[in-house]
Amino acid sequence: MTTDLTRSTAAALADLLTQGSISAREVAQAHLDRTAEVDTAVHSYLHVDTEGALSTADDVDRRRAAGESLHALAGVPIAVKDVIATRGLPTTCGSRILRGWVPPYDATLVTRLRTAGMPILGKTNMDEFAMGSSTEHSAYGPSHNPWDLDRIPGGSGGGSSSAVASFQAPLAIGTDTGGSIRQPAAVTGTVGTKPTYGGVSRYGLVALASSLDQAGPCTRTVLDAALLHEVIGGHDPMDSTSIDAPVPPLVEAARRADVSGLRIGIVRELTGEGFQAGVRTRFEQAVQHLVDAGAEVVEVSCPSFTYALAAYYLILPSEASSNLAKFDAMRYGLRVAPSGISDPSAEQVMAATRDAGFGDEVKRRIILGTYALSSGYYDAYYGSAQKVRRLIADDFTRAFEAADVLVSPTAPTTAFRFGDKLDDPMAMYLNDIATIPANLAGIPGISVPSGLADEDGLPAGFQILAPAMHDDRLYAVGAALEARLTAAWGGAMLDRAPALAGTGAAVGPTRTKEA
Amino acid sequence: MTTQATAEATLPLEAALAAYDPALGLEVHVELNTATKMFCGCPTEFGAEPNTQVCPVCLGLPGALPVVNVKAVESAIRIGLVLNCQIARWCRFARKNYFYPDMPKNFQTSQYDEPIAFDGFLDVELDDGAVYRVQIERAHMEEDTGKSLHVGGSTGRIHGATHSLVDYNRAGIPLIEIVTKPMLGTGERAPEIARAYVATLRDLLKALDVSDVRMEQGSMRCDVNLSLTPKGADRLGTRTETKNVNSLRSVERAVRYEIGRQAAVLSSGGSVVQETRHWHEDTGVTTSGRVKSDADDYRYFPEPDLVPVAPTAELVEALRGTLPEPPVARRRRLQTSWGFSDLEMRDVVNAGLVELVEETVRAGASPAAARKWWSGEIARRANAAGQDVPTYAASLGVAPAHVVELEALVKRGRLNDSMARQVWDAVLAAEGTPTAVADARGLELVEDTGALASAVDAVIAANPEVAAKVRDGKVAAAGALIGQVMRELRGQADAAAARALILERLGQS
Repeated sequence: MTTDLTRSTAAALADLLTQGSISAREVAQAHLDRTAEVDTAVHSYLHVDTEGALSTADDVDRRRAAGESLHALAGVPIAVKDVIATRGLPTTCGSRILRGWVPPYDATLVTRLRTAGMPILGKTNMDEFAMGSSTEHSAYGPSHNPWDLDRIPGGSGGGSSSAVASFQAPLAIGTDTGGSIRQPAAVTGTVGTKPTYGGVSRYGLVALASSLDQAGPCTRTVLDAALLHEVIGGHDPMDSTSIDAPVPPLVEAARRADVSGLRIGIVRELTGEGFQAGVRTRFEQAVQHLVDAGAEVVEVSCPSFTYALAAYYLILPSEASSNLAKFDAMRYGLRVAPSGISDPSAEQVMAATRDAGFGDEVKRRIILGTYALSSGYYDAYYGSAQKVRRLIADDFTRAFEAADVLVSPTAPTTAFRFGDKLDDPMAMYLNDIATIPANLAGIPGISVPSGLADEDGLPAGFQILAPAMHDDRLYAVGAALEARLTAAWGGAMLDRAPALAGTGAAVGPTRTKEA
Repeated sequence: MTTQATAEATLPLEAALAAYDPALGLEVHVELNTATKMFCGCPTEFGAEPNTQVCPVCLGLPGALPVVNVKAVESAIRIGLVLNCQIARWCRFARKNYFYPDMPKNFQTSQYDEPIAFDGFLDVELDDGAVYRVQIERAHMEEDTGKSLHVGGSTGRIHGATHSLVDYNRAGIPLIEIVTKPMLGTGERAPEIARAYVATLRDLLKALDVSDVRMEQGSMRCDVNLSLTPKGADRLGTRTETKNVNSLRSVERAVRYEIGRQAAVLSSGGSVVQETRHWHEDTGVTTSGRVKSDADDYRYFPEPDLVPVAPTAELVEALRGTLPEPPVARRRRLQTSWGFSDLEMRDVVNAGLVELVEETVRAGASPAAARKWWSGEIARRANAAGQDVPTYAASLGVAPAHVVELEALVKRGRLNDSMARQVWDAVLAAEGTPTAVADARGLELVEDTGALASAVDAVIAANPEVAAKVRDGKVAAAGALIGQVMRELRGQADAAAARALILERLGQS
């Protein structure tokens, strides 16, 4: 093979593997080599599993040679966000408190990847416990945006988005609690889907906010996202909140890319003030492309969205404060002896460990959540937030009576520079203004590239939202838009990203970059 | 275990209740006997090697998620139904957040303001046949915590220990917490009512077959809430919560003690501190534990990892159909069929012997024999061992068949009553079955009238003064002669036959 396998889509790799024109080992090795070349600069991975990936690839090659019938994506490698439990592979959630923790079990979605024969390349970087929009809150240092290494790759799943954008992996798994798949996709020029809540098992996903978290695909094309979504989606009896119904035909929707007669609703509250001019322009052009493809445009209003951010920052910290209580140094992870105490109690060790093991953003949210749930404040904070959540769901219900899908820019701006918002939590939180409502309502959303903003030449994202359990609509609209834009650009947008300087660093059998 | 507690002043119960009315509340935790845990598939068997019945879910590993045990929900509903409760049509689990080393997630998955069962009552019968209706506030589902073992130091308690070991086998075992409303107007019967309530509840849960209800193994645990109100006042006083009250006798004693202690505090002008207290079985006192305050904040919120529990009306009705006969009705039926007096029946019930007697009668013994043999020496020994009779008997390997066999030996005339007692003691000492014991010891009632007659003659000859009294009509004096004859024959004689022969010889028959 003379072509660079790392530039191929997952769908193309799957075809080549099925035809037998390439081996799974070649594909895995090409991506591992790419990581060795660029990841010192990008820092997508916290842990690379060279040995495990090659061993899975060899197994797939052997089974294919033996004539076994394999999954369509068998041999297509994937990167997994470090918030997902992987048996035998470190899982740190970007936190010091889980440094070195190796889960004794696989998340359900990882089991499905393994069953499909997809080699796991490694674990990707993230803001600590998925709290952040930039990866600057990772205890192991930030990931970098391949479009401009001085800028953030989005967060919390900046490791997965940058891995896909820098061709270190054709596919990655992300998790989205308030936009952590979609916003990184938007700012790196990639595709990311947050499925319907309950559409992908959360078993093995280390919870940030249980009622908001959802794992989903991070890819370079809409079809690839649909292919991966079908692998990981579907009912899991280990997750009580998992939906016991068939996953709609996602790949078929992506292949048909049919939007004729579809009603596209523009959410008034997610298009005006606060959105960067270049982002707005790309958004409007994208809408025009969909109209050209036969869609119809309506404007809808979701007045309760005004309160979405406030409600989200009560519900998320409340659940997180409880979910993160288990990190107590008793059974796993970091254990720190308090200084100056000769015979510390279990409680003193817990306190010292949590003080040393959690970063500032995590502590901030634990404190917020503890406060919001406190007796005497519960009704005013958590209780009110739940009411807002209901109102937002009602807004969506009404909007989806007028429109089949809703659209908005994914994030208000293109990628910002490191440090720009680190000292201003509110500014950081506002980055998720357009993505949060979907998590509060449990509906699915996707971000697809809409082009480069004129003022800075950086990627902008186009968000599509659909009613719960209608994830197929995301792929129909996303694929239609992607086809028209790719045609207009004369090729994939990522082809215009700057080439990354190779460093030529060697890849060992396993390489852990935990600082 | 030593108790370093210095006994506090107490008022005698009578004096205390002359001045104050007690308000009593009981919280009972019951471990369900489901095969698997509340939220995962781990087995629940008691006594396994530490940390062998665990998985990512009950260890609270990052990423693991709970799934509700449907059997546990059914047990909870059945418990609610026998307690005459309303069953929630829709309810949720809630997280009770607090840090504790043996709690894997540092929150307990429990229920808060939406219990599965609520607003019920339980009628309990007291020793004199009076019935007290205990109002049930709620019964809710939750999971147990792990178990800490404090090592080092002399007390086995956390204070002074060098380190602690945690066994998570118990973590996630399904628990039902049954909470009463404050019981008012119990007066001097408060201790008795408390005991009768727990005993009735225990029998009920046993009949439901939802729990082992072994208080000594911790599968049924009781907390006693108590406050005193000065006579005539209408506001409830400050309450204490006494933990670790884990036998029926202790429930009664703890209530009695707290009434006396709180009355002493109040009557000397002090005020009762709202606190958790610990019951000490050995010394019969409670000691101060953690001071509770309204600032205790568990930050309850609905468990987002679980979906609501919404039992259908059909399910509830189907479960209602599986309820056993109510214990009071069952007791009446058994009492009639066994022909026991009220007093006899109450003794059997209070000693927890109903099932054992029933089983023994079913095995072929007479009800009287069953009652007699299970409530004598073995009860004394079981009590000394701090166990109930059924548990103690099981640990000795003594079974209903032994009683049947013993009674048969008496009925056949091979053993008299005192010989039978001797045999039973030996059975309890694990010497074998009644027949084996009788054989080994050569116990056989003497029916040879020759041997009896010569013994009687010898005793009369050796006691001329006593014999003269009997001849003069003082028949009661014959007792001394009978005793000597029995001794002479090493007890293997029929005392009635000996008596008849003595009286005959002395001209009194």
